[in-house]
Amino acid sequence: MSKTYYDPADLRKFGKITEWSEELGNKFFDYYGKVFEEGALSAREKSLIALAVAHTEQCPYCIDAYTKDGLQRGVTKEEMMEAIHVGAAIKSGATLVHGVQMMNKVNKLDG
Amino acid sequence: MATKSLHKRESDLANSNRQLEILSNGIFQNGELPTFKSKIAETNQFPLKAKKLEILQINVGYMCNQVCDHCHVDAGPDRKEIMTRDTMRQCLDVIKNTGAHTLDLTGGAPEMNPDFRWFVEEAAKAGIKDFIVRSNLTIIRANKKYYDLPEFFKKHNVHVVSSMPHWTRGKTDKQRGDGVFDKSIKALQELNAVGYGMPNSNLRLDLVYNPSGAFLPADQMSMEKDFKKALMEDFSIHFHNLFAITNLPISRFLDYLIASENYEDYMYALVEAYNPTAVENVMCTNTLSVSWDGYLYDCDFNQMLELPVNSKAKHISEYNEDLLEGRNIVISQHCYGCTAGAGSSCQGTVA
Repeated sequence: MSKTYYDPADLRKFGKITEWSEELGNKFFDYYGKVFEEGALSAREKSLIALAVAHTEQCPYCIDAYTKDGLQRGVTKEEMMEAIHVGAAIKSGATLVHGVQMMNKVNKLDG
Repeated sequence: MATKSLHKRESDLANSNRQLEILSNGIFQNGELPTFKSKIAETNQFPLKAKKLEILQINVGYMCNQVCDHCHVDAGPDRKEIMTRDTMRQCLDVIKNTGAHTLDLTGGAPEMNPDFRWFVEEAAKAGIKDFIVRSNLTIIRANKKYYDLPEFFKKHNVHVVSSMPHWTRGKTDKQRGDGVFDKSIKALQELNAVGYGMPNSNLRLDLVYNPSGAFLPADQMSMEKDFKKALMEDFSIHFHNLFAITNLPISRFLDYLIASENYEDYMYALVEAYNPTAVENVMCTNTLSVSWDGYLYDCDFNQMLELPVNSKAKHISEYNEDLLEGRNIVISQHCYGCTAGAGSSCQGTVA
């Protein structure tokens, strides 16, 4: 058994999940492929959203995949870093906005 | 950024046999990945056979004013292999009689060959439909003696095809050297000024994009759109088409892949993106590559790997279209570079 939870080579094997549940696996990959096609948003914009979400989800496979995807699409490192800051801002905002709940509770209990 | 070729550095990888060994060993020897031969055999496309010649590509020498990180030619100022006027004369005999519709001069920087202008003047007389010179752009700004190249190209109705790895300075200079971006922009503006690349102009100016690292090019059309928008907004530059070309794992790009520990992942990416439709139109089936010393190859990549054509006619002096048509193309694992995704050739995608 591997001594680490993540192996970069496992990303190549992602498609194999279909082998143990063909119908659901295929439906997922069809859906996934469709999501990333050019649409109201460009494939390039979707790639940057995916990169930001990959970071907020802290998925190493997705980070590898969408960094490479971005490079292929000519996305610059400055654009990538800004996208990650968007994710980080939402994450920290989501933490901090709960501060209002804390304040409400303090005011109720000790106001 | 390297300043010397692999040859000058006496690198192990300057040896084409060593490159071919690497491409045949490891993941391809232990069966982890299929060889190119077995892959094309799956769709009954082995052996690949040459069709009627359409493109005659002549490499007039490996000397270049740049030392780009990923150059498959291992070109640079220290390379002394230059086509002589005698060999050019032999090429002209062929150019005058060939049925090919495209003549494609490449290098190195072809303009650095001392007989380049003479050769272009003579070759232009043959009236081949599409006469390409692959110019790296910076050569136009490298020295006063090259400043008039845009006018010279125009005079002979040359189709200019130029490398441009990215529309930003950082990514371009990283791959091609400091200052390359600014000089390239200036050269493009000068080409535009004489009419090259302008909308509806017959003076063709196309750009070649190849990725700056260990990844494959994105869709050619969308890259073209991004390049056009950025070059127009930032520098008012016009060009006609963008060719997206995949980096083949040979020479300096192979050296880079190995040194950066990207070789296996890159080969996986190429094999995973294999597209049998691209095999049908792969450029070696309609192209012939002539080296600086007049030898014949299926493509510029095979020339660099010193894999000569599989034909009795091996030299431009023995050129015979009947003998060369139908020959078996010489292949190895580097060929996956031309069959990945939408395919890749010196004219861009093929599928």
